[in-house]
Amino acid sequence: MNVFRTALLGLTASAVIGFGALAAEISGAGATFPYPIYAKWAEAYAAKTGLKMNYQSIGSGGGIKQITSKTVDFGASDMPLKPADLEKDGLTQFPMVMGGVVPVINVPGITAGQLKLDGNVLADIYLGKITKWNDPAIAALNSGLKLPDLAIAPVYRSDGSGTTFIFTHYLSEVSPEWKDKVGENTSVQFPSGIGGKGNEGVSAMASRTVGAIGYVEYAYAKQNKLTYALLRNKDGEFVSPAGSAFGAAAANADWSKTQDFYLLLTNQPGKESWPITGATFILLHKQQTRPEVAREVINFFDWAYLNGGKLADDLDYVPMPENVVKLVEQSWQQIKGPDGKAVWTGRSS
Amino acid sequence: MAADIALQRVAGARGRGGAVGDFLFHHLTFLFALLVLLILGGVIVALVEGALPALRTFGIGFLFSDVWNPVTEKFGALAPIYGTLVTSAIAMLVGIPVAFGVAVFITEICPIWLKRPLATMIELLAAIPSIIYGIWGLFVFAPFVQQYIQPNLIDSLGQIPGFGALFAGPPLGIGVLTAGFILAIMVLPFISSIMRDVFETVPAILKESAYGLGATRSEVVRQIVLPYTRIGVVGGIMLGLGRALGETMAVTFVLGHAHRISISILQPGTTISASLANEFTEAVGDLYLSSLIALGFILFVITFIVLAIAKLMLLRLQRRAGG
Repeated sequence: MNVFRTALLGLTASAVIGFGALAAEISGAGATFPYPIYAKWAEAYAAKTGLKMNYQSIGSGGGIKQITSKTVDFGASDMPLKPADLEKDGLTQFPMVMGGVVPVINVPGITAGQLKLDGNVLADIYLGKITKWNDPAIAALNSGLKLPDLAIAPVYRSDGSGTTFIFTHYLSEVSPEWKDKVGENTSVQFPSGIGGKGNEGVSAMASRTVGAIGYVEYAYAKQNKLTYALLRNKDGEFVSPAGSAFGAAAANADWSKTQDFYLLLTNQPGKESWPITGATFILLHKQQTRPEVAREVINFFDWAYLNGGKLADDLDYVPMPENVVKLVEQSWQQIKGPDGKAVWTGRSS
Repeated sequence: MAADIALQRVAGARGRGGAVGDFLFHHLTFLFALLVLLILGGVIVALVEGALPALRTFGIGFLFSDVWNPVTEKFGALAPIYGTLVTSAIAMLVGIPVAFGVAVFITEICPIWLKRPLATMIELLAAIPSIIYGIWGLFVFAPFVQQYIQPNLIDSLGQIPGFGALFAGPPLGIGVLTAGFILAIMVLPFISSIMRDVFETVPAILKESAYGLGATRSEVVRQIVLPYTRIGVVGGIMLGLGRALGETMAVTFVLGHAHRISISILQPGTTISASLANEFTEAVGDLYLSSLIALGFILFVITFIVLAIAKLMLLRLQRRAGG
């Protein structure tokens, strides 16, 4: 009873403080994929500066809606907006943190990292064209590996997700037929296979259906020790999914030529680059009515770029490479207050 | 006698400012009733308004197309409508007989000491949140179906020419049949507790007379209990059907979410509510969002039709029974 009353008191007190300190709080909404790391950063940042960050992980679509209607200070999306769409709503975007998508398999006798795949084979499997694990196309990539005469059951994300977007974007990049027939989006009409809800749904389906193949976020595959496959990258090398491989993809990408950071990190050059890498994005209004809030928002993300790497690593996210951070900081100059001056003029400390 | 006393008491209260209280009470309750109507009207208006862009773009073809392609922004509602109806039909097919059996057992056959615990436990089934059913379905029930039920169905019923197409394909564990089973478990407590309640309203004298004439238990149930309670029974079934049609979370987990219409009930499918739950958060683009809202509107209409049919059936039954 006492514990209960204390908890209640604490709750009331924090609610009161929360209202009192409205200025010391920034709010954002959007993608679910980066939610764990944003929450971690917010916690560390609040401990250091006292500024609270309130992030609602309602999904990218919701995030875009909320930032467009200005009900939050920033939006977050797994799918970058096209420059034309940004222009229309007066937004700017920048990549915040990266992750990778990993194919996981369930084939008897094959352990993690043994099976080699390339983009075309992966696309043909999900198109329903390759239906057996001992198909010549798979065997050609895996000389020496004994492949069973077993039907392939492709598993996909049933819910709309940035993971599906990155995955289908990669398949569109490497397979013209995929691009033509299915395309890329947070959810697409998969020609074959079965859907699982969330990363856990896909991995549950994949781990118990013999012959299944699925795709999940890297952090999820790693923490649950799923049987992943190697992928051939643009340079023709087979790579295994790891933080360094995602970092390589981002570092080798040519960000400077892109407009509004509209760049997807799939199929990037480089010997070590993991081919299905993706970044998640932050959306801000270019024209700010409350410059002091915008400054706090940018300060937070700048702090995260500078000091958040360790926390990101712990959760198996990949921090943005330094050259990208430099470009992002330059891009912040276009965020202006009512007086027409840039709200953020560089690191304060 | 007791009623007389109560009436006197009410009359006494009236003498002391009861008129004002009555006036307030009357208008307050009217206001509450009006509020329900307003909310319902608001929901309909919001749904229609949200669905308009999709309905304007695709027209009546929205109902008859099974294409659902967010990339090319072509949407049709046929696959989710089909999935909603088929999963609910399976749920009813499995759920009604079991619920009926449970209700008959509890009211007619069950020893007194077991009656209350059993009834409570069945009602507890209704208290389990649907997300729990979903997780249980995905991690426990679906593997069981995949290992034991589906292979047997494929090997036996699946081999019958023609009819076997219903049970074709690899055993995936999740799919239309599994979703139907889960729904059956979920609607079971609703149907059975209403059936039990109405079975208990059958006057003992009727049943005793039938037994006295030498009727067996099944004859009593079929010829005394059921005719006496059919309105309540139909009502219970319709309540269960309403729940099955709209159930979201449990189905979302075990249905496999494929916007395809497969003849085989072992294959994945989708329902209206599962489509909404899966896609609403990440739906980018006005037409996509509007199509999802249009789906919601269709579900609203389907549920309305089911309830209307239930009401009509009840009316007809009442008339035929001369009540």
